[in-house]
Amino acid sequence: MLEGQMEVTVDELRGLVSERAIQGETMLLNMGPQHPSTHGVLRLILELDGETIVNLVPDIGFLHTGIEKNMEAMTYEKALVMTDRMDYLNNLGSNLCYCLAVEKLVELDVPPRAQVVRVLLTELTRIASHLLWLGTHALDLAAMSVFLYTWREREILMDIFEMCSGQRMMTSYFRPGGLWRDIPQGFEGAVKQFLELFPERIREYESLLTENPIYIERTKGIGVISTEEALEIGLTGPILRATGLPFDMRKAQPYSSYEQFDFEVPIATNGDTYDRYIVRMEEMRQSLNIVRQALDRLPEGPFRSNNRKFVPPPRSELGHSMEAVIHHFKLWTEGFLAPKGAVYVPVESPRGVLGCYLVGDGGPKPRRVHFHAPSFANLQALPMLSRGHLVADVIAIISSLDPILGDSDR
Amino acid sequence: MISIASLVEWSIKSLVLITIILGGFAYLTLFERRTLARMQTRIGPNRAGPAGLLQPVADGIKLMFKEELIPDRADKVLFILAPIITVVPVLLLLAVIPLGPDIELFGQEISLGLASEIDVGLLFILAVASIAVYGIVIAGWSSYSKYSLLGGLRATAQMVSYELALGLAIVGPILLAGSMSVAEIVADQRSLWYVVLQPIGFLIFLIASVAEINRAPFDMPEAEQELTGGYLTEYSGMKFALFFMAEYGKMIAISFVTATVFLGGYWGPFVDRIGLLGPVYLFAKVVALLFFIIWIRATLPRLRYDRLMAFGWKVLLPVGLLNVVITGGLIVVLDL
Repeated sequence: MLEGQMEVTVDELRGLVSERAIQGETMLLNMGPQHPSTHGVLRLILELDGETIVNLVPDIGFLHTGIEKNMEAMTYEKALVMTDRMDYLNNLGSNLCYCLAVEKLVELDVPPRAQVVRVLLTELTRIASHLLWLGTHALDLAAMSVFLYTWREREILMDIFEMCSGQRMMTSYFRPGGLWRDIPQGFEGAVKQFLELFPERIREYESLLTENPIYIERTKGIGVISTEEALEIGLTGPILRATGLPFDMRKAQPYSSYEQFDFEVPIATNGDTYDRYIVRMEEMRQSLNIVRQALDRLPEGPFRSNNRKFVPPPRSELGHSMEAVIHHFKLWTEGFLAPKGAVYVPVESPRGVLGCYLVGDGGPKPRRVHFHAPSFANLQALPMLSRGHLVADVIAIISSLDPILGDSDR
Repeated sequence: MISIASLVEWSIKSLVLITIILGGFAYLTLFERRTLARMQTRIGPNRAGPAGLLQPVADGIKLMFKEELIPDRADKVLFILAPIITVVPVLLLLAVIPLGPDIELFGQEISLGLASEIDVGLLFILAVASIAVYGIVIAGWSSYSKYSLLGGLRATAQMVSYELALGLAIVGPILLAGSMSVAEIVADQRSLWYVVLQPIGFLIFLIASVAEINRAPFDMPEAEQELTGGYLTEYSGMKFALFFMAEYGKMIAISFVTATVFLGGYWGPFVDRIGLLGPVYLFAKVVALLFFIIWIRATLPRLRYDRLMAFGWKVLLPVGLLNVVITGGLIVVLDL
């Protein structure tokens, strides 16, 4: 390559970085999209004075796959599989959000058994997501063992998801009107085993980090944000709760029978990286609590709605019921029709408020699907949180925001 | 005049010492990977040869056949020189360490050590160990890469903050033995190891030496999570392997120094009767120290480099000074 071609003109960055960088006084450092600690393909342009951050410009969109647009070309049921691929660590949570939106649009009821199973699996997903977060967060601070320990437990959860849906990550297990199948044999036993094992394992992670002086030094007072600032830029989830505001969609606007469960919304007060860690650790315990309650009260009954206009009939009926064949044919060729109208359903994902905005136009395909992605909103805080800190702290702050680029770019 | 016999003796001893570092380097990588794997509920490399024993060979062959990339605008001379500057001092470090007591071989009295009797042994260790850091700094500055530059900067900052503490920690043993010769320091520990007399000095030395060899939790110049490898970013092939050799060689060498200065060197039961037991005890102590270094890597997060500097200047240095004053005072008062 010729020398001149390698230069990026600084003029392109005018307005994003300070005048000092344009004059060459401070150093511009490109971090990512191929960087081990930007949690996917996040690109950052850092303006550094020594190792101190003067300015930070996040650049997203490297994982943009046009999911929302693609969904417009699919029937309501087929579009569901795209939601797994958005926030790939909160696959069942995204399924749930979309299903709730479709059910609200077409006014479809979900039987209690399906609702409780949805809660149970969504909470397990939350634990799996937090486990992955904890592992990578610790790994970013070079505490490498925690990463492998959390992976060990995440494997158990992945096995449980596979048991239900046949897939570890791309589950598509929740369907409009209920579930794809009933929970399989052995599911309850597997979850029970996890429930017995996991509290001990949380203590194991905590023994490596919570009181570790190096860990405390690396995270306390790093990336502090106040409740007001957090609300101004629309932060939600554990980041907001770490500032002291107990805002949680599961309590604020319960969905899928969350109102019947007894759980706390953990908060902390300082709004720094350490508090976000504390909040997420406690959230795992609370999720475990919800899973335990869900398993205890798991009602018997149908696992999906009996409304044949929206939910395909069971295979056993196809041999002797003409009507079932017609419904089956209609649903798998044209799909069901949704009325004109728009709905918005917010749910609490492990990262914050995940909202699905769905517009129907009377046809079998959605007119518009849009997701309010928590990672997108939370990443906005990055420049503000990082200014004045060191490069090493930026790594800690990024991971404490827990961004999933599939979620923010979609 | 230097006789031919002593020339041959020195050559053989040098070869043995270099083999210890080079062979040790290869198998230390395997030891580290297997130990880390065991601590992290993994298996580790176990495919190449029985129990993975040929893994270092496989790694070596792979690295030799890798393409050697030199960045377009790197300072080529310094870029190639940097790994050499880092490796050579490491190979020299063992020269002043006595591996065992003098033994009778072929009817001659032979000392197990190349130059352990020289009067400035400990100074030699400090001086030579510090040279290696220049290799890292030069690597960082010559690569023409911003990440490497930051790694080099961190190495510079780190160097000034721990070297003083390292030097002060060694003063205790020097005062106790009344000599800077490593051989005399070891001989003086025959009945009592210095770790008992100098627990604080030992701790300071242990911390500062981990910083000296750029190992976790003080591996900021590399910091793959932040600087994607720091000074190593632009290196590939054998030049990369040389840096690795230097890092692991330094681990071995510094463990030898720690074992010798604080843990009684080659002393152990029956060494005075069977001299060849000396090296065995020394190796056992070295392996224990290496295990310790690997263990803390598996456990601790990395410090921030400004915290390391603060720690070096505000904690290690004053405590080290205090330790020297107290040791000196006690020696005068108790007339040791």
